[in-house]
Order: sequence, then structure tokens, then C-alpha cells
Amino acid sequence: MISADLNTILPELLLAVYAMLALLGAVYTGKDKLAPALVWLTAAVMAILALWIGTAGSGTNPAFHGMFIDDAFSRFAKVVILIAAACVLVMGLGFMQKTKMLRFEYPVLVALSTVGMMVMVSAGDLMTLYMGLELMSLALYVVASLRRDSEMSTEAGLKYFVLGALSSGMLLYGASLTYGFAGTTLFSGIINAATEGHLSIGLLIGLVLMISGFSFKVSAVPFHMWTPDVYQGAPTPVTAFFATAPKVAAMGLFARVMHDAFGGAVADWSQVVALIAVLSMFLGSIAAIGQTNIKRLMAYSSIAHMGYALIGLAAGTEAGVQAMLIYMVIYVTMNVGTFAFIMSMSKDGQPVTDIRALGMYSKREPGRALAMLVLLFSLAGVPPLLGFFAKLGVWQAAIAEDMVWLVVASAIASAIGAFYYLRIVFYMYFGEDREDALDAGGSPILWGFLVVSAFIMVAGVVNLFGLEGPAAAAAATLVN
Amino acid sequence: MANLLSIVTFLPALAALILALFLRGGDQAADRNAKWLAMIATTATFVISLFILFQFDPANTGFQMVEEGTWIMGLKYKMGVDGISVLFVMLTTFMMPLTILSSWGVKTRVKEYMIAFLLLETLMLGVFMALDLVLFYLFFEAGLIPMFLIIGIWGGKERIYASFKFFLYTFLGSVLMLVAIVAMYADAGTLDIPTLLTHEFSTAGFSVLGIHIVGGLQTMLWLAFFASFAVKMPMWPVHTWLPDAHVQAPTAGSVVLAAILLKMGGYGFLRFSLPMFPVGSEVLAPLVFWMSAIAIVYTSLVALVQEDMKKLIAYSSVAHMGYVTLGIFSANQQGVDGAIFQMISHGFVSGALFLCVGVIYDRMHTREIDAYGGLVNRMPAYALIFMFFTMANVGLPGTSGFIGEFLTMMGIFQVNTWVAAVAATGVILSAAYALWLYRRVVFGDLIKESLKTIQDMNTRERWTFAPLVVMTLWLGVYPAAALDIIGPSVEALVNHYDTAVAAADLGGTSVAEANH
Repeated sequence: MISADLNTILPELLLAVYAMLALLGAVYTGKDKLAPALVWLTAAVMAILALWIGTAGSGTNPAFHGMFIDDAFSRFAKVVILIAAACVLVMGLGFMQKTKMLRFEYPVLVALSTVGMMVMVSAGDLMTLYMGLELMSLALYVVASLRRDSEMSTEAGLKYFVLGALSSGMLLYGASLTYGFAGTTLFSGIINAATEGHLSIGLLIGLVLMISGFSFKVSAVPFHMWTPDVYQGAPTPVTAFFATAPKVAAMGLFARVMHDAFGGAVADWSQVVALIAVLSMFLGSIAAIGQTNIKRLMAYSSIAHMGYALIGLAAGTEAGVQAMLIYMVIYVTMNVGTFAFIMSMSKDGQPVTDIRALGMYSKREPGRALAMLVLLFSLAGVPPLLGFFAKLGVWQAAIAEDMVWLVVASAIASAIGAFYYLRIVFYMYFGEDREDALDAGGSPILWGFLVVSAFIMVAGVVNLFGLEGPAAAAAATLVN
Repeated sequence: MANLLSIVTFLPALAALILALFLRGGDQAADRNAKWLAMIATTATFVISLFILFQFDPANTGFQMVEEGTWIMGLKYKMGVDGISVLFVMLTTFMMPLTILSSWGVKTRVKEYMIAFLLLETLMLGVFMALDLVLFYLFFEAGLIPMFLIIGIWGGKERIYASFKFFLYTFLGSVLMLVAIVAMYADAGTLDIPTLLTHEFSTAGFSVLGIHIVGGLQTMLWLAFFASFAVKMPMWPVHTWLPDAHVQAPTAGSVVLAAILLKMGGYGFLRFSLPMFPVGSEVLAPLVFWMSAIAIVYTSLVALVQEDMKKLIAYSSVAHMGYVTLGIFSANQQGVDGAIFQMISHGFVSGALFLCVGVIYDRMHTREIDAYGGLVNRMPAYALIFMFFTMANVGLPGTSGFIGEFLTMMGIFQVNTWVAAVAATGVILSAAYALWLYRRVVFGDLIKESLKTIQDMNTRERWTFAPLVVMTLWLGVYPAAALDIIGPSVEALVNHYDTAVAAADLGGTSVAEANH
């Protein structure tokens, strides 16, 4: 029995063991000298794991009496998380080296937080859930303040930690209430506690508190306050990491708990999620208008995007989960490209984050500017780029559930949001030629990520690279 | 050829891709190659699109050469043409080589310029052929991106303001249309345009905030689509982006804008508003009539006092589009025939007029009317061409402009005599501003020093105008060439409209009676 269980969690186990071995190896040998090699190795391990999970896994395999579930949904999310983490690691290497921030702890911490994320999306029990969540968060708090000598970075780490602890507290309180009223911590037991499609008052409070905790992790309004500060303060590669893999994991966990544990009372949480979605979309779109720091702007952009993705969850159906998964994949791809661009923004070797510095960038770097243009229009959701289809998917799911008001609201929010993406295009293409223009050139790795991500936004229109099938399968296992 | 429509649509995009991937920009040889590749691609597209015209059977009022395939997210890829859209397709493929020819003198970022125009052609063709609502929306919206860049990068001094105004005006309009598309999908359960054309949307009136909405859902949907198409058209009072965009856009940009992009609004009215929401159209037709009548008179008066040639022609475009909306919503055979004819004719004429301005702008780098005068002394060929298109713009019998105006006036006269009377004054005003412009620029003595050495049109420029002159004359003398193609489809459309309006019972009296 135990060997079958261990077999199921083998990918997580391997990554965890790898992380610890890497830590030991680095401490006892070259320390920071080993860091670049470690980054590549970690990324390679993640990529291999992703490939393995993606191809080898099949069926639904609960382990440890249902506390850990390996199914199509968790595999889908894990593949996305692992690939995103690997991309971000490779992408950030050059930047970290240039700014002399590269420590051997960085890849190790990223690997550990990735283990946490993998556990999160596979959680079948409130305990597993919390374990995964904390493993991820603790590692993230540390990487946020990786730049020890920078006030901004340490402030970001501290802020993230304090607010994160608060949200964990709320989540725990919600979990304990749920346990108290349902009599079990297993999702498969909690789902039976909903009678005739409604929850008892205790469970309801537990549910709302848990939603608050998840909202914090996906940075949805009204629990978004940490996002802009942390995004701005953390080193750019770390910000790129925040914007991608943890968002997928948190969203996956959110969906898993809502459907696996509270799937019997969809009506009870769907309205709450819808409200959070609307608030996130509007706040993200409006607050970003005044930003000139591109990392802060991307923070608000991610708040808005989480709002759109939550529409899929709010629909409370299989189609909704499928649309949400597709949205997250497209969102992650766009963000990887965008952050590759942000990391390549530098002046005399120093990173630049002011968007005004992009004045007439297109003249000096037509290729990069064009790729970024595609990504920006895609982020804005302008057809025919993939970003539009991401939105279309969640809209379709919401309409099928008669949530027309939600769709109308999000359409308006997306029109408002288009403005700030256009503003970057404006600086790149129509702006003034500036004295302090950005350096030309840059690392070919970043260039590669930028171009591939932009290419996916265009070429994905043909068939979404066959993403729909796996996403549908993932959604089907979750909702039933 | 089985996939004729797709081939025509995506050929320019393919050329753009080749340009983007395989051609290094920068030096002169590369610029020349970019121009030639764009020229060959657009010409080839035109030649292939001729097959569409040959294969097209006017007697068949349904969609022809339909291509259908499944696509992502439960959407369908469906293309087809009918009598209403086929001429717009031809207009687009016909105008694009001329546009490229007219931008031979572009110096900055030639490669990107050609890519933008080629992509724009694909998107415009897609709008006219799409038979799936989301596919249509996709092409309709995506056209904004290249146009935004064309104005913003290659435009004049105030290009930033103009490009943002253009983008935000049209984007806001389109978002409302998207909401309506969503509502239609919720109501009809399909996005297929041919199916939606036969779907009857509810006309039962309801109240919103105490206001009784006659025509119910149809009226609301109609308004949402109207918001988008009226901006695109553009109709008074949301026309203000057009003069700015025109003045700031490069010559070729203005030509595309006037000749093709504006037609998307009219096409939208014909494809969606009129057949899908006939009752909504009937209820709100008086609003459209008076908006159009005001547009015709007001913008003609505004055109009279313009100092800038492009602005003057832009305002004249708004006035001419007023006739189009009048014709469409008069919803009878003459009116709709005339509206389509007017759009095609305006495509040739206004495109040519912007090219005329481009010719002297390239030489003098100013569009101020006062900077010119007496050009006839140095540029006789130019004076002749300019004269011809000025007359076509005024609607001189024998040119295509006359047929369009005459038919739309005839259509509207049967529905609302007063509006027809007001619109008729626009004919006089248009003669006034067009001829006055011509007199100030071309006639008189050549007294300005700077003009003493101006050169007449070169061979390339003459060849740019030749096809336009031929088309304007041909359609003016033999309008049946176009009307025979559009006639049967329009007849079916009008019959469908009349049946639907007669069937709708709005509070005891039929709408038709209530209006007349």
C-alpha cells in the first residue's frame, strides 16, 4: 500500500529530494560559484518532470487515503507550473548575474516552492492544502527579499510575509470551522456536508474565510494590496516568478477546493467569486492607468487578469473550469514573454523600469518592439491574438450560466484596461526620442523567450496548440 | 479552387509574414524589395479575387462559395459571399494595389509600412467574408491595430492625438457590439450568421427604468450594433475622429480609410442591423434619417470653411456617408441599391481625391488651400484628373457619384419627403465646397513663387489614377454592371424586412403605420 502511495507522489518526492541534495551540495562545495549551473540543472529537472507527468500519468490515483490526489486536473496544473518555473529560472539567470544577486539559494528555494505548488493542486484534504500552501509561501517570502541590501526588496519580503501570515490565519480559521461543522478534513467528506445544495451557516463562514485566503494568493480584490509593492520591490526575475507559477497553483487550488469540497453548493460560492472577479477586473484596469513603473503596472495587470480567470470559476461548471485553465496557460505565456522584455530593459547595464524610457524603442529595436507590441495587444485582449480567446472562453462559460451582467462588466473593464497597454505601445512607437534611451541588444535567451511567446500569441489562433483537449479532460475530472 | 475565399483573404497576410521574417529592413535595396513584394502580393490578390466575381451567381441570393470548418473553443470558421458583400470584396482588392503604388515615396520604415498595409488588407477582406459573428468581430476589431500604427507612426504632426482618438472611439463602439453579440448568442444559441439572419429576435416591448422600449430586445441589440457601426461609418455626431485621423494619416492611410474602412459601418448595417433586427430598424429609422440629414447639411457647411484640403474631403466623406445611411434605412430596393452603389462609388472617388491631395502634398509638403493657386498653368494633367474627381464627388451625371446619390434620394423620398428635401440641399452644398476648393487650388494666376517650379504628374502617378477614372466612368455610364450583382440579394433583403415588420405587432398599430 505505502509503495503505491509513494509511487503516486514520486514527482514531488523527486523534486524535494533534488532540492535538498542541491542545497547540501552547494553548501559543502562551491556555494555561489555553483549557482549558475544549479539554475540550469533545476530548470532541467523541472522540465523533465513536466515531460514525465505530462506523458506518463493517467487516470485518477488517490494516495494516502485520499489526502493526495493525482488526476488529470492536477497533472495539467503541474505541467504548467513546472514549465513556467523552469522558463522563469532560465530567463532570470542573466539578469541575476548582471546585478550580482545570484545566490545558490535562489534555484533551491524556487524548487521548494514549486514542490509546494505541486502539492497544492493535488490536495485532497485540508491538511495537505495547508502544507502545500505554506511550503510555497515560505519559499516565496524569502525570494522576495533576495536582494538583501535593497530597502525596497526587504520591504517587499516583509510586507508579503506579514500580509501572507494574516491570510494564512484566515485560511486556517476557515479550515478549522469547516472541519468543525463537516466533521472531516477530507474534501470527499466535506462535499457530503452540503445538504440539498446549501451549506450550514458554520460551513458558509468557513467557506468565505477560505475564499479570502485563496483570494490573497491569487491577488484578487479586496486582498490584492500586497501585489504592487511586492512586484515592484522584488528583483525582476522573482517578480516574473510571482506572476506566473504561483498564480497557476493558487488558481488550481481555488478551483479544486471549490469543486471538490464545496461542489455540492455551487450557488453559495459562485456569487462571491463573481463579485471578487468584477472588483479585480475594475481595480486592475483603473489603477494601472496612472502607473509609470512597468513592474507595478504588470502587478495591476495581473490583478485584472485574475479577475477574468475567476469568471470561469464563478460559472461553476465544467466548461468554466476548462476556460479558466486555458486562461491561465495563456496568461502565463504572455507574462513570461513580457517579463523577458522587462528584464532586457536596461541602461548602462542598470535595469530600468520606467516606461517613459521606452521612447521610440521601436526605431532602435524593431524586432523586440514588434514582439512586445503583439504581447501588449494580447494582454489587452484585442483580437485576433490569443489573449482575446482567453477572455472569450470564460465569457462563453459565464453566458451558458446566464451571468450576462458579469460578461458585460468584464467587457467594459477590458475596454478601460486597453488604455494602459496602449500607452506602452505609444511610448515604443510614437514617443519622443530620449537622451537616456535604453541600451540596444541584450541577451539572446530573453530575446528567444520574448519572440516565442509573441509567436504563440499569433499562431495559437489556429488550434490553441491542442490545449483544449487536455484542459477539457482536466476540467471533467475535477467537476465530477 | 475550393478555398478561393480563404486564399484571397490570407494571401496578403502570407506576404506580410514573408516580409517580416525573411527581409532585412534598413537599406534601399530592402526597401525596394518590400515595395515590390507588397505590390505583387496585392495585385495577385486582386487577380485571384476576379475568380470570385466570375464564379459568383447573382441570381442566387444565399451565400456562395461557403467554406466551413471547426475552430477553437467551439467557434466556427465560416466564410462566404453574397450579393451584398461581393462588391466590397472586389473594392478592397481593387484599391489595395493602387494604395501601395501611391505610397512608393514612403521613406521611413518601409518594411513595417508594407506589413501593416498587407495585414490590414487581410483583415478588411475577412470582415466582408466572415459568416460567423465572432469571426466577424475578430476581423472587425483587429483592423484597428494596423490602422492605429499607420496613423501613429507615419502620420503628420498631431498623429498621436489622432491615433488615440481613432482607437478609443472605435474600440468603445465595438465593445458594445461585443456585448450584443454575447446577448445574441444567449438568445439564439448560435453564432452562425446565415442562421441568425432567419432567427427572429423577440420584439415584445419591455420597460427599463420606467422607459418603455418599443421593439424590445431587437431595439436594444440594434442600438448596440448601431453604436459600433455609427462610429465606423461615421455618422454625426460621432464623426469627429474622422477629420483628425484623415488629416494626420499618410496619403495611403487616408485612401484605405476613406475607400474601404468606412464601408465596414455601412456593410454592418446591411448585414446585421437591417435583416437581423428589422423591427428595431423600423422603430429607430426616423432617428437615423434625421441624424443623416443633419450630417449632410452640417458637415457640408463645415467643409465650406476648411483651410486644409484633407479635412475638407474628410467632411465631404461624412456628408456622403449620410446618403448611405439614408438609403440603407429607407429599406426599399432603390434606397439599399443606391446605398451600396454609393459606397462603392465613394470608394473610388474619395480614394482618388485623397490621392490628388497626396500628389501636391508630396511636392509642396503642405495641405493648406491658401498655399496653392493657379496649378493649371504648370500641371494640366493634374488639373484634368482633379477636375474629373471633383465632378464625380459633386455627383455629375455620367459619373458613378450621380447614380448613388440619385438612387438613395429616390429611396428616401418614398419614405420621408421632408428628410429627402433636407438631404437634397446637401447636393447643392457639395457642389459649392467642391468647386470652390477646385477653383482656389487649380485656377487663377500662378503667383506664388514656390509653385513656379512644380512638376506635373509623373508616369507612376498617372497609372495610379487611370483605373480609378475608368471605374468611375464605367459605373457612371453603365451602373447595371454593379446593380445586377447586388439587385437580387437586396430584393431578398427588402422582402425579408417588409415581412418581418408587417408581422410585428407593436401595441395595436403596426410600426409601419406609426411612422408614416
